[in-house]
Order: sequence, then structure tokens, then C-alpha cells
Amino acid sequence: MSPQTVFAPWDDPHEKPLIQFRNVTKRFGDFTAVDNIELDIFEREFFALLGPSGCGKTTLMRMLAGFETPTEGTILLDGKDIAPIPPNRRATNMMFQSYALFPHLTVRDNIAFGLKRERRPKPEIDARVDEMLRLVQLQKFATRKPHQISGGQRQRVALARCLAKAPKLLLLDEPLGALDKKLREETQFELMDIQEKTGTTFVIVTHDQEEAMTVASRVAVMDHGKLVQVATPDVIYELPSSTYVADFIGDVNILEGRITGQDDDRVEIAWAEDQPSIHAKARVALAPGSTAYFAIRPEKIAISATRPETAPNAVTGKVLDIAYLGNISTYHVELPGGQVIKAQSTNTDRMAAREFTWDDTVWLGWSDAAGVVLER
Amino acid sequence: MRRFSWINATSLTLGFAFLYLPMLILVVYSFNASQLVTVWAGFSTRWYGELIRNEAFLDAAWVTLKVAVVSSTIATVLGTMAAYTLVRAGRFLGRTLFSGMIYAPLVMPEVITGLSLLLLFIGIGLDRGILTIVLAHTTFSMCYVSVVVSSRLDSFDRSLEEAALDLGCTPFEAFRLVTLPIIAPAVISGWLLAFTLSLDDLVIASFVTGPSATTLPMKIWSSVRLGVSPEINALSTILIAIVTVGVITASLVSKRAIAARQRDERAAAAAA
Ligand SMILES: Nc1ncnc2c1ncn2[C@@H]1O[C@H](COP(=O)(O)OP(=O)(O)OP(=O)(O)O)[C@@H](O)[C@H]1O
Ligand SMILES: [Mg+2]
Repeated sequence: MSPQTVFAPWDDPHEKPLIQFRNVTKRFGDFTAVDNIELDIFEREFFALLGPSGCGKTTLMRMLAGFETPTEGTILLDGKDIAPIPPNRRATNMMFQSYALFPHLTVRDNIAFGLKRERRPKPEIDARVDEMLRLVQLQKFATRKPHQISGGQRQRVALARCLAKAPKLLLLDEPLGALDKKLREETQFELMDIQEKTGTTFVIVTHDQEEAMTVASRVAVMDHGKLVQVATPDVIYELPSSTYVADFIGDVNILEGRITGQDDDRVEIAWAEDQPSIHAKARVALAPGSTAYFAIRPEKIAISATRPETAPNAVTGKVLDIAYLGNISTYHVELPGGQVIKAQSTNTDRMAAREFTWDDTVWLGWSDAAGVVLER
Repeated sequence: MRRFSWINATSLTLGFAFLYLPMLILVVYSFNASQLVTVWAGFSTRWYGELIRNEAFLDAAWVTLKVAVVSSTIATVLGTMAAYTLVRAGRFLGRTLFSGMIYAPLVMPEVITGLSLLLLFIGIGLDRGILTIVLAHTTFSMCYVSVVVSSRLDSFDRSLEEAALDLGCTPFEAFRLVTLPIIAPAVISGWLLAFTLSLDDLVIASFVTGPSATTLPMKIWSSVRLGVSPEINALSTILIAIVTVGVITASLVSKRAIAARQRDERAAAAAA
């Protein structure tokens, strides 16, 4: 077997991006929906767009599909400006956030719609539609009209319709939001499978960060039309570039403080009157005296009954609240100064082993590489 | 609240009598056996028989039908195109002016429409006859069609067309395969409206016609001036029947479409 190479075309300067956004701005009147975006997306990527409602995700997709033209800047596909190409001649298919199913056609005819436009032979179309119906588990509903099926079923029809043509680039605007967890996970794996088999490039909008983490090769976090960070899911999670990103993805404790000392890559952050300074490794140079934020995930904080001997950081407090989530428990620990820190521990034993309970005095400890130091 | 007092009953009866009594009398007298219009002499369908043998009336009926079918069809095509363009074009210079101008003929006195068309036809030297009536009817019924169709297009979900384009349709295919089937009920009721308008019209047709073409309303008008005959009553009864059927069909078609749309919207809302 050949050694498995890591898929990371974005690190390879010789790799040509499939899609390039060059200083793309989109304004509606005097409202800027997409603000000066620079972005490369590579072939075979599973690219996830994440961000709060109204931050411009759909607008970005609509520009790729051809329904909006950038106010400024250019979008290149395979190195060619796509502005003059009308939507029907772009090798992209889009799944609409509103589904946009044709109400006068049956589920089957909705899925077959794009294939019929290519004038493929009928048996081929039928076979392909059957395959798609099986994929989204809707064989039984093939002859129904869109208004005769449930919301989640409609979402699956919309997904099947845009997958049917097997385009080079698939744009999925919240494709799985209305599905239950199990079906959603199954469909996620189907999508990854399709992606592996056909080499299609996916751009997907999602509100579900777990989904982005599972399926995406890279994640872009957006805010008010700007790209805040574009990186692989693990980098986004472990090394967020700002408190905004850290807070947007996953649970996090953010402690605001002031740099009091620096030695090589290690800094000391004073963050509360009556607490010891935080010792942490910083990836950027920070001047002593400047404001800094220390972001640490709850699962990186160990909880114990006695003071941890080895941890460079340790604080003590009282258990304020416990959230039992089945596999893990999250403890909200209140420090004497009133600050609350969240710590997580895995529940290895059943019910029995809940070591701590409300109002217990506990110790929290973490290593100097457990969190990140951020400027903003 | 909904007590049906005698005042309500009376006003309702009076109102409906006011509206329908004249027509009712006409219908009843069309079945009169007597030659004299005002004397009842028993039930008979004699005048309907006479009517069928009356060449002049049959010719006029045939002209009317041809004019109505052709003009309402052209008006539907043009009116739908105009509505589509106005709703879709977004904001362009003079858009308000254009949509205003589409509606203007609705309130224009028929005499003026008729007169101006007559002047136009004389001006360009067009022989007056069936063709000019068709043109005139197309002109005035087109705006009715465009009003009906554009109100439907206003609530049409634009993303359906975008989805069609995205799946490889040309803009024309998207219109033919997606937009048109969905707005079809509005287009059909627009056609029926144009058809009945053309069937009814006396004033404009009188202005623009020549000696070669007489429509049914014109024929009735000219015969009545020589005295009302039971034959005219029979003819009018038939016309009333046709128009009634047309109007009821149009309203049923649009009611069904509205019901279907509301059902879809409810389903969509329930899913969200
Ligand atoms: N046609 C338009 N005219 C004016 N403003 C628009 C238009 N389309 C989008 N916007 C605005 O642009 C911003 C971005 O919209 P967009 O649909 O891209 O958001 P989104 O990130 O997809 O949000 P959501 O997660 O809620 O779907 C919003 O504030 C929206 O109001
Ligand atoms: Mg959106």
C-alpha cells in the first residue's frame, strides 16, 4: 500500500485552486452583505461555511451559482472569470435553503428535472432517479407532490435533486438542518462517500458546528460579510484566531487579563485580583501590559478533589452546577471572586461514579499548552 | 350577531330583484309562445327554433365567436408577457409609468378607446371588418389579463425559477416548464375574462367595424331599435347562459388555485 498522503492542497503552492474569490464584495444598496473576500477553494474539498444568521453565507453561494454578481472583485472557476457565464451553463448545482421544489411536479419528476434537461436517454434517467431516491430513502414517496410530504422529506428531495446531475461543484445551503440526528449522520456519511467516489467539490453552509467538524476539509467562519478564519476543523477548534471564533465553535472559557511577563513563547497573564496568574504558551508575541484573552475548552481542564501537583495552573472553587450529558458531565465551578469556569470530565462508569456534587470544593488544573492566548 | 331579521331579508330580496329581475323577465319571455313580447301565451321553445333558422343572427354569432376566441388568445399571450416583464424587470427607468399605462385602459371610457382606435385604423388605411374588431378587442382586454396575471406573479417564489436555471434550463425553458404551469390558473382565468369581455362588447366594436362584419351585440342592438322580438329574448338568454358559465368557470379555476396554494403554504409552514 502506498503511504496515505494528507489531503491539504491549500498548503501546496503549486496546487491550482478550483474557485478563487478575488476581493469580492457584494452590496445591496448601501448594505454590504459580503465584504472584500479573498478565498481559494480546491478541487475535491468539502468546504464548510459557518457563521451567524445574516452574515452572508447564502449570498456567497448565490454568487457562485450565478444568481448574484459581485459588486466588486472577481470570482474565478478553473482560472476563468465566471461573471459572463449564466447560471444554466455553470457546472454547479445548488441546493436552496428554501428547497425551491417545483410544486406542480412529483418527487420523482423533481429529481429527474435536471437530467431531462440534458436530454439523456430515458432508461438512464430512470436508473439515476431510482438511485437518488434510494440514497435519500424516499422510494415510497416518489409519486407524491411536494406538499404531500414532510419538511424533512422535502429537504431530502431538494438534496437528491441537486445531487442527481453529479456536477463538478455542489453548493449546499443548510442541506441537513431539518433531519433528525440519526438520518443526518447517515446522510453526512453518504455525502462524504459521494465526495470520495466522484471527486466532487462541496461547499456547504451549516449552522451545526459538529457537522462542519465531521464532514469538512476546511471551515470558514464568517462574521458580517467578512471571513474571520479559514482553516481545517482541528485548527479552528484548537487554535482559533480570535475569541469570536473560539466562542462560535464549541464550548469555551474566555478569561480576560493583562500580560505581566513574557519569556520566549511563554506568557503570564494576570486576570483576577485574588487568583494566581495564568501560565500559557502564546503563539504570537504580546507586549507586556497589553490586554489578552485566554481561551480554554472545558475538556482541557481537569477537575480533582485535591490540588493537582504537576499542573502549572490550578485554581479552586465550589461546584455551582452540573450538566449531565450522558457521555460527559460539565461542571460549572465558581471561584471565590465570582468567576465561573466550566470543566468537563468523561463519565467512564455508569451513574455511580459522579465524584462531585453541588457545593463541593474542587480544584481545577490545566497545562500551559491547554489553551490559547488571543489578542482579541 | 347573524340574526336574520326581516329587514335583512327585505333588503337582500330588493337588492337581488334589482339586479336580476330584468334578466329573469327576459329569460321567461324567451319561452313565450306569443308573437307579442308583453303578452304571455304559454310555454314554447318556438323562438329558439326560429333563431337557429335566422341566417343573419347565426352569421353574427359566428363572427362574435371568432373575434372572441382570437382576440382573447392574443390578449392572453401579450398580457402575460407584459405582466411577466413588469414584475420581473425589477426597477428600471419609467417602470411606474409603464405599469400605470397598462392599467389606464381599464378606466378609459369605451367611447374614447373606440374612437381613438377608429382614427388609428383610418390613419393607417386598414380595411375595417373582423380584423379591426379583433385588434381593438385585443387592445382593451390585454390589460385585464395583465392585471390578473401580474397579481399572481407578485406572490410567485422567484427561487423556483432560479432552481430551474440552476438545473440547466434556459430562461425560456424555465418559464415554460416551471413558471407557466404554476401560474396557469391565473392565465386561464385571464383568458376567460378577455373572452367574456369580447363577447359583451358593443361600443368599441361599433366604432371599429365596417360593413362586412357585425357582431351579435351589434345585431341585437340594431334589431331592438326596430322593436323587441321574442327571438331577441331567446338569443339574449343564450348569451346570458354563456357568460354565466364563463364567469363561474373563471372564478372556480382561480378559487381552486388559491386553495391549492394555501394548502401548500400551510404544509410549508407546518414543516418549518
Ligand atoms: N436581495 C437582497 N436585498 C437586500 N439585502 C439582502 C438581499 N439578500 C440578502 N440580503 C442581506 O444580506 C445579508 C446576508 O444575507 P444571507 O442570505 O447571505 O445570510 P446568511 O448568512 O445565509 O443567513 P442565514 O444563516 O440566516 O441563512 C442579510 O443581512 C440579508 O438581509
Ligand atoms: Mg442563508
